[in-house]
Amino acid sequence: MTTATPADTATTPAVPASPMAAAGADRRWVWIVVAAAAALPLLRSVVPDIISDYRLFLMSTMMIAAIAVLGLNLLTGFNGQISLGHGAFYAVGAYTAAILMDKLSLPYWTLLPIVAVVCFVVGFLFGLPALRLEGHYLALATFALALAVPQMLKYRWLEDLTGGVQGIVLLKPEAPFGLPLTEDQWLYYYCLIVTVLLFWAAWNLLRGRSGRAMMAIRDHSMAAGTMGIDTARYKTVTFGISAAYTGIAGALSASAIAFVAPDSFGFFLSISLLIGLVVGGVASLPGSIIGGIFTVLVQNSAQALSNFVKNDIGLPYDLSPYSVYGILLLVLMYVMPTGIAGGVVMAWRRLRR
Amino acid sequence: MEQLIQQVASGLANGAIYACVALALVMIFVSTDHINFAQGEMAMFSTYISWQLIQWGLDYWIAFFAAVAISFVAGVLIERIVLRPLHTAPVLSIIVVFIGLLAICNSVAGTVWSYLIKEYPTPFPKEVFGFSGLIGAHQLGVVVVTLLVLSLLFVFFRYTPLGLAMRAAAQNPVSARLAGVRVDWMLALGWGLAAAVGAVAGMMVAHIVYLDPNMMAGILLYAFAGALLGGISSPGGAVLGGFMVGVLENLVAYLGNAIEKGFGVYIIGNGEKLTVALIIVITVLTLKPSGLFGRVVVKRV
Amino acid sequence: MSVTRRGFVVGASSATMLAGAAAHAQGKGKYDDGASDTEIKIGNTMPYSGPASAYGVIGKAIDAYFKMVNDKGGINGRKVKFISLDDAYSPPKIVEAARQLVEQEKVLCLFNTLGTPTNTAIHKYMNLKKVPHLFLATGASKWGKPKEFPWTMGWQPDYHTEGVIFAKHILANVKDAKIAVLMQNDDYGKDYYEGFREGLGKDVSKIVKHVTYEVTDPTVDSQIIQLKDSGANAFFNIATPKFAAQAIRKAADIGWKPAHYLNNVSASVAAVMKPAGYDNGQDIITAAYLKDPTDKQWDGADDMKAWREWMAKYNPGANMGDGFNVYGYAVAATLEKTLEQCGNELTRANLMKQAANLKKLVVPLLLPGITVNTSPTDFYPIQSMRLQRFKGETWELFGDVMSNESA
Repeated sequence: MTTATPADTATTPAVPASPMAAAGADRRWVWIVVAAAAALPLLRSVVPDIISDYRLFLMSTMMIAAIAVLGLNLLTGFNGQISLGHGAFYAVGAYTAAILMDKLSLPYWTLLPIVAVVCFVVGFLFGLPALRLEGHYLALATFALALAVPQMLKYRWLEDLTGGVQGIVLLKPEAPFGLPLTEDQWLYYYCLIVTVLLFWAAWNLLRGRSGRAMMAIRDHSMAAGTMGIDTARYKTVTFGISAAYTGIAGALSASAIAFVAPDSFGFFLSISLLIGLVVGGVASLPGSIIGGIFTVLVQNSAQALSNFVKNDIGLPYDLSPYSVYGILLLVLMYVMPTGIAGGVVMAWRRLRR
Repeated sequence: MEQLIQQVASGLANGAIYACVALALVMIFVSTDHINFAQGEMAMFSTYISWQLIQWGLDYWIAFFAAVAISFVAGVLIERIVLRPLHTAPVLSIIVVFIGLLAICNSVAGTVWSYLIKEYPTPFPKEVFGFSGLIGAHQLGVVVVTLLVLSLLFVFFRYTPLGLAMRAAAQNPVSARLAGVRVDWMLALGWGLAAAVGAVAGMMVAHIVYLDPNMMAGILLYAFAGALLGGISSPGGAVLGGFMVGVLENLVAYLGNAIEKGFGVYIIGNGEKLTVALIIVITVLTLKPSGLFGRVVVKRV
Repeated sequence: MSVTRRGFVVGASSATMLAGAAAHAQGKGKYDDGASDTEIKIGNTMPYSGPASAYGVIGKAIDAYFKMVNDKGGINGRKVKFISLDDAYSPPKIVEAARQLVEQEKVLCLFNTLGTPTNTAIHKYMNLKKVPHLFLATGASKWGKPKEFPWTMGWQPDYHTEGVIFAKHILANVKDAKIAVLMQNDDYGKDYYEGFREGLGKDVSKIVKHVTYEVTDPTVDSQIIQLKDSGANAFFNIATPKFAAQAIRKAADIGWKPAHYLNNVSASVAAVMKPAGYDNGQDIITAAYLKDPTDKQWDGADDMKAWREWMAKYNPGANMGDGFNVYGYAVAATLEKTLEQCGNELTRANLMKQAANLKKLVVPLLLPGITVNTSPTDFYPIQSMRLQRFKGETWELFGDVMSNESA
């Protein structure tokens, strides 16, 4: 899964170019990974302790995070519009799903198309004013969105719908057609199917005309415009698609956690999506998966590391997990400034040289 | 009517805080072209240093200037040690580094000084001038200090060779280097100055909101809004933007109350004041994309 | 704090499980997962990272308490293994952490998990799994429903009850009350406010103004101005320490002197009354159930002395003025006594049974006259509080022990 090429000079844009360079050759690998992922729960009868429900659940949350990061990547990585507010779309998706399940008792599997449409519209509408903003201004405007959404969820006239500060408690999806799967196994397959479909769709989008146009706009918006690309339309539609992806991730997470509340969508969510994007690899599809895994794992490892430092190395000073998290980010950015996907590719090239 | 006046006065007082922090944000932006998400936590940390110095028995003003000096040095060091190796890294990576710094500053302060809120002294006299109850002496002091820092920065950037060199280094590093400006040291200097301004802001803020590791979280958000509104490239604009956001949020609450009283319908209130303020900021931005006073960047193809 | 390296060591948990199974077979008592002849595993989550990390102090205090217990020989000869994970105060994260504790670590129970939205997220799960979800670190009133949720139990007096107590006191003591309320806009604030309204009953119209603040607000100055403008003569302050202190000071600054009722969450001398200014805080009334470590009147009390010794020996880095250390100590002591009461039958069912069978249990650092009481139908361990008034630099207790029933 080698795709991303690292940015090597100061003048390259925020994101490395040519994401798909080697994708075609490695398609076989993608199929192997997907097949392995699909077979994983079946190994349960062999090694029940390792393939536990909990680990499958953990992997489902990683896939959900990967979809959210992919959504952000489409906008920021491939189209060059920085967003610090994707937690807002995640929240909109989660709440749309939760309200539909709670108020209209719609089954969970009908939700994703509705959520996608709702989030697309919200993203598209936000993309209109965003057209006028660039760089840091856009980043901060989207950040404002991330702040405003949790507060709007508590708005008095929406309270009947959103449950206000109490949130909404939901049911976990059960396996359909009487399949002999536990809730977590089914959730895993459900997430896997959605993830594969969405990544496949993104891959097709990006390698086609539209993808090239999106990246042309990122690399040089004005030149793209003179070449006859309708930059405004592409940018707003990309905003919508990106929001739809992240919204779907939000809806999946609402099903997985079976609870939504304003506290689940604080602005730190948006930040951690951005961190997932950068650490995984900007403008890279495999990078989005790595980013998703990272966002889920990093917190647990930060705490484990902090305990390791305290108990095993015997540092008298109490290094809190939050500091470890910060240090981890700094170190990662030092070692692999273009993210793990980019870093791995670079290391691989050096080895082969 | 009395409430309206009080709300405006209290909005101005809050606005002074936002303005002060916004100024520090602008400092980093004009000198390094980055938005520093760790600015608030750095200011908080500086404030703790000054608090510690005061606890050790130093006079307020000595502690004040010592903290400003320490912050300046720390700012320079952060640029040289943490950011220098990353100067070719993409913008997004830098943002992640800032978030890392934020987490470290916050948790180290919490571990060293605990999360209990602490009172922080004010250097200004306690007595109240003519307008009793409207605006406290400290709040007035904050306004004065903010304007003072602003004019110092204005003079520095406009009339000193060093200030000019810093601006040149930020706006066009390549040409500046050709003209003999030591660009990388200018960046470090910008960080030092921003950290120093942040320290001043933190020490002004701490008396009002109390000193704790999370004291800047909310304020930074409003400062961002203020800086955006005024234009992140303009120190004067950011200060004005800060004041405007402060007054705006209180007026939103006031208006909401008035509507509820007059018509008996709840439309907006304290819960929505940040949201409404942000909507206004974004509306302004779509009309004037570089903020009210920001410079318009002309792109050459 | 003992935490296994999730994500690093995958095989470790299966090894411990085998060991657990072995003990299970030949032990001297009856055990469920998480307990054996030698060890009791207790799970916990706390926000150690992120904006709510101030609460992490409680987790560290509990860990330090069980270190002391283990040094003294453990509980009925069994050492306590306290496993505390980070939940960052985020509902999705706590689900993950709780599942790790229950399914991978196989703890006997979850104990003192913190926060209302977070505990709501795992409420159903814990009851589905039939794992005790004990003595939660939140004052919401929904944790005491043995019929629907027989595996979940709170600990501290719930916010709702406290709101009722204040309402009754205002009705009895403030003439022609016109009440102003400041409330944090989340479920904690809401719980208080609803209890308060219920306590007022038909006099609910005496609330003339109700304003909220967000935790992201830098100050509550604007809100206090709105409240003063309403002409209220009584003020119910539902705010966390920082905002409560700001409110007390701002009210004094603008010359508003209502009968001031402060919620228990902010009843700390060091964290609220001192920063707000002693002069500004005179005659404020609050309700309490724990001894305030910064209040001089308890300096001579035996339990406070023991607490200080423990702080010095087991929790040396922690702040003596932080009431969370008192809280952690007292809640851990409650669990210790409950586990003691379980004897050699350390099953999950028996743990719940014993937790619902605490009779006039004296827990260190609770105010004189307040004990822990539960029954199979009463899942509210501490239900009493005492009112206190701020005089000089300390709280003065007055009146009887109050609870929802007697109020």
